[in-house]
Amino acid sequence: MDAESVHSSSSSKAHSRCPLQEQFLQRRNSRENLDRFIPNRSAMDFDYAHYMLTEARKGKENPAVSSPSREAYRKQLAETFNMNRTRILAFKNKPPTPVETVLSDCSSAAVHQPKPKTRRYIPQTSERTLDAPDLVDDYYLNLLDWGSSNVLAIALGNTVYLWDASNGATSELVTLDEELGPVTSVKWAPDGRHIAVGMNNSEVQLWDSTANRQLRTLRGCHSSRVGALDWNNQILTTGGMDGQIVNNDVRVRDHIVETYRGHHQEVCGLKWSASGQQLASGGNDNLLHIWDRSTASSNSPTQWLHRLEDHTAAVKALAWCPFQANMLASGGGGGDRCIRFWNTHTGACLNTVDTGSQVCSLLWNKNERELLSSHGFTQNQLTLWKYPSMVKIAELTGHTSRVLFMSQSPDGCTVASAAGDETLRFWNVFGTPEVAKPAPKAAPEPFAHLTRIR
Amino acid sequence: MASSKTATKDIITLRGSAAIVSEFFGYAANSILYNRGVYPEESFAKVKKYGLPLLLTQDEGVKSFISNLNSQLSEWLEAGKLQRIVLVIMSKATNEVLERWNFSIQTDEEVVEKGVSREKSDKEIMREIQAIMRQIISSITYLPCLDEPCIFDVLAYTDKEAEVPITWIESDAKLIENPQMVKLHSFDTKIHKVDTLVSYKNDEWDEE
Repeated sequence: MDAESVHSSSSSKAHSRCPLQEQFLQRRNSRENLDRFIPNRSAMDFDYAHYMLTEARKGKENPAVSSPSREAYRKQLAETFNMNRTRILAFKNKPPTPVETVLSDCSSAAVHQPKPKTRRYIPQTSERTLDAPDLVDDYYLNLLDWGSSNVLAIALGNTVYLWDASNGATSELVTLDEELGPVTSVKWAPDGRHIAVGMNNSEVQLWDSTANRQLRTLRGCHSSRVGALDWNNQILTTGGMDGQIVNNDVRVRDHIVETYRGHHQEVCGLKWSASGQQLASGGNDNLLHIWDRSTASSNSPTQWLHRLEDHTAAVKALAWCPFQANMLASGGGGGDRCIRFWNTHTGACLNTVDTGSQVCSLLWNKNERELLSSHGFTQNQLTLWKYPSMVKIAELTGHTSRVLFMSQSPDGCTVASAAGDETLRFWNVFGTPEVAKPAPKAAPEPFAHLTRIR
Repeated sequence: MASSKTATKDIITLRGSAAIVSEFFGYAANSILYNRGVYPEESFAKVKKYGLPLLLTQDEGVKSFISNLNSQLSEWLEAGKLQRIVLVIMSKATNEVLERWNFSIQTDEEVVEKGVSREKSDKEIMREIQAIMRQIISSITYLPCLDEPCIFDVLAYTDKEAEVPITWIESDAKLIENPQMVKLHSFDTKIHKVDTLVSYKNDEWDEE
């Protein structure tokens, strides 16, 4: 192509001075019409042929002619030839491929792609499916929680059931009276023994699960249903449909210690950070707030640390990163469909991913840098993401309606999900902790791997 | 102290220069293999070199590959026949070339032909190499994630008339189509000038 254009321009320029060249060209043109058989053009070096032709002609016919474009072209050709004069060599013996090494499983730890490369098997179907009749299909509620004592609490209609994951035994904790219910939220205290139950009538009950006995009722915090709960040691934080967030000290009579006002619609997501310093709250007003515990005061409503307005739908799914302090993942509802990552110290949005579907719930893998999200229409799937690349590792389907709630077992391996299809499913998605952390990083001695084979 | 150092004349010979360049390539290759995760993290051990903590592979296979390579490179460098070394990172599954680390070498012909020596302080050369090493280490910040198992190979571009042992074979250039390129620092021993450039596959994934 390049050769052609230079050729034609030079020939037209040389037209007056050098008829011979034109004749030569014409002959070449007429020859092109002949039906020649050329076996394989790709094997021909046209650049070289052209160079040889033009070079030879110049020497004979027109040694003085040198247009700048021609000069440049010659130079370029010469360079190409220089390249061609180079030999490109490689060792016959190739370096060992990483998988052949003893540490192959570790090398693929940096790898995240669905089928051929996963270093751990992620079952695509649920381990176990339980019926969850009368599960309220409401995005704004939080009806599932897996406590530290390995007991799962799920609210179905007016009743809170406990399912002991160690032996599969089911028991009923409480059935609310018609006028109080349905249950709008459940949350285990960190001790795994006490559980808070938020109700439609704006009250919250505290229960002792071992004694199966109600301890107290928290009243006067909210004016409408309590859809979000989270514990920070003895502080129970409640979020209501009235947009208020209240910190309750469950030990004292006047339990309301702080009030956070910032949402003007229903609060549906509440999560304390692991340090207990920061609270993230999401609401139906598309807002995500970060509140700082240390600046909270009892007498006046507390100002938020950050107000994050990037989501364009209700923010319910919230998850604090277990391996990076001050990092929060948040997911937006059906109109937004995005998972966002925040530095809650600075309020900066670190990354955002459009999932293409309502984000109902988010969970971090405690053992790997992975995030699990649960979704609504159209797939009703659970998606496992590699962090920070956000490559999809697995999509788990099975639910036939939106996957409203997820909760993680205390060992971090199994995830329970409850969906609008009134089923509760268990997924062995996060693997086992032993596999996840194979080697201490600070032991790079040459033969360290030998001891590990044994 | 510094002034007395600069005052002393540092003579560099062709042989010494070849040793510096091939040694540099050895450390650079190790650094790339570590930082790009071609081999598992655990198979590397920390050493101090060029005033930096660098990582060297402890994998016997990789080690011997690089040391064999280095001795051949020194030979070619001393003969002034080496034009370029390229470390290629390819997908293990598809053999697709994902990254090319290109070290082009310009040799001072006069030194090779007449056997003269040049002057440049060791310290200065080390400082230049250190700058490149730092750039290699920091390259992970902009290079696309290698999210699949990778293998590597090394290509040597030599003069036509260079002596080639039978352990070497002709190879294609293993080019990347429409690559992104980033030029790194260069260093110069006054005999060999080494320019470093990394080209990599455009990450279509980001553009989606």
